[in-house]
Amino acid sequence: MSAETPHGAPGAGAPPDGGLVGRADLHPKLPGMAAELPAGEDALHGEQVVLNMGPSHPSTHGVLRLVVTLDGETIKAVRPYVGYLHRGMEKIAEGMTYNQFVPYTDRLDYLAPLSNNVAYIMAVEKLMGITLPPRGRVVRVMACEIARISAHLLWLGTGALDLGAATVFFHTFRERETLYNIIESLTGGRLTTSYTRVGGVSRDLPDGWTKMVRDFTASFPKVLDELDQLLTGNQIWMKRTQNVGILTAKDAIALGVTGPNLRGSGVAYDVRKTEPYLGYEDYDFDVPIGSKGDVFDRYLVRFEEMRQSVRILNQALDNLPGGPTDIDDPKIVLPRKDDVLRKMEELIQQFMLVTEGFPAPAGEVYHAIEAPKGELGFYIRSEGGKSPYRLFIRSPSFVSLQAIEKMAVGGLVSDLIAIIASLDPVMGEVDR
Amino acid sequence: MGAGPYIEPNPPVALVERLRQAVPGAVLRSDEFRGEITVLVATGKLADAGLFLRDDPECAFEMLTAVVASHFLDRDYEHEVAYVFYSLSKNHRINLKVRVGKDEVIPSLTSIWSGANWLEREQYDMVGVRFSGHPDLRRIIMPEDYPDHPLRKDFDVEGGPTSLDGEGRPASPGWRDMEHQ
Repeated sequence: MSAETPHGAPGAGAPPDGGLVGRADLHPKLPGMAAELPAGEDALHGEQVVLNMGPSHPSTHGVLRLVVTLDGETIKAVRPYVGYLHRGMEKIAEGMTYNQFVPYTDRLDYLAPLSNNVAYIMAVEKLMGITLPPRGRVVRVMACEIARISAHLLWLGTGALDLGAATVFFHTFRERETLYNIIESLTGGRLTTSYTRVGGVSRDLPDGWTKMVRDFTASFPKVLDELDQLLTGNQIWMKRTQNVGILTAKDAIALGVTGPNLRGSGVAYDVRKTEPYLGYEDYDFDVPIGSKGDVFDRYLVRFEEMRQSVRILNQALDNLPGGPTDIDDPKIVLPRKDDVLRKMEELIQQFMLVTEGFPAPAGEVYHAIEAPKGELGFYIRSEGGKSPYRLFIRSPSFVSLQAIEKMAVGGLVSDLIAIIASLDPVMGEVDR
Repeated sequence: MGAGPYIEPNPPVALVERLRQAVPGAVLRSDEFRGEITVLVATGKLADAGLFLRDDPECAFEMLTAVVASHFLDRDYEHEVAYVFYSLSKNHRINLKVRVGKDEVIPSLTSIWSGANWLEREQYDMVGVRFSGHPDLRRIIMPEDYPDHPLRKDFDVEGGPTSLDGEGRPASPGWRDMEHQ
């Protein structure tokens, strides 16, 4: 790059060494920049530009930083840098009781906290050998599916906004408001739900809650049809998404990509079908898959998943069993509040459970659920005692982000925005 | 597209025997807990075992799901690294484990499953296990110039690394004893 370029300020002086332009010369100490320097013939051919995207950029959906090497507008290399939202959750888990960690799981994939609550607590329950009563299982299924719809709506709204379709965003956020009211009525919190407890949930369904969900599932399919009309046949949308960011099934499997990103590539892997938990084998729903693995396929898959989640919600509401949501084990589950206020034994029990927790058997378990982003698994290693010795969070977004290089290299820099949106990463669960 | 047949998850017990015969000396121990099979593998045979598990048609573990390293202070090995594998075509899971001492390295599985790249980097970053043959073993979560490995048990949860025999804060033993708070 020479000083005579029209973009250079008059009298700007010598260009930075090696033709390195963009943000790199402003932050020469940022790691990764020096490694991208063009060498040899490449430097003669085209001024390869190293562009720093993020960590604070709206289209990166959180604090994702990408160092992109460009030749003109063509992407030559992408290197993702993560860790900007690291909070040390796995370490924190080693210092608290099993129930105390539930609020931390809200902050993993903060677009679907209910899913994270369920995923974590089911790993603990697997470790302890607990099976939930039927009502508790159905309540958790409904919580998971509401979380899935809400997460996919956010993905749809922001993804379309990134590509210039602003209208979609307002429609999806209107629906998300309804869902957040439903979640607030169920858990008391809109974002930080902390709904599950070992052996059950924090509270049973409130009065009138099922009607709220019924109203939603009745009206929501029409909204989906509207959104479908706005986007699916839209020429601009199709041109921006079709044949962009192709991820082959072979690459996706080798990288361990799961969830809608894998299904978009044509692999029908859904944990709800392959290893059914919470009685998912009793629900009738389809697993949509794509054919090509481009951005458009991933869009279609997520869109259809929302319809399938509505189907599951309706079946759950139709077959909602009575009875308790929690297991009957006073050594694990908190006593009823009325009893705590009136009976000595229950008061002591609550005190002991809250201050001391309960021990889990020694052993190692891995349990995964199908979260909105893919396979969310918790690996818990217990040495006995009331805390995990080691807790590992297998987050789908962390694994999926590795695929960004396969999808983006050779494409245009504007496609990168579409690709990030279609991967749907949430940095809260990438960095943990 | 229909509801599809449901395949019951079934612990693949027979695979351990297959692995034992295909890679002699690899299987040291095999445990079953809550329907999961965990095989303790000799460190030197890990890559061979991994390759067999991926390519054998009966095993067909196309996916590496998780890599988890744990640090120990009081055992004759320092790290235990667990791998969770999943087979899409056979719909079963298996866990492998290796144990290594202080200065030992573990063969990287990146050449067999490319997804191992970030998973191993993370465990190196957080726990300090080293993988040999890894193409890009840099820190991934913590800053590049960060000196410690925070998920080690001699790293205190509220501060930094603590000396085990020093006078200062007690090292995190894995859980904090609430009576001493």
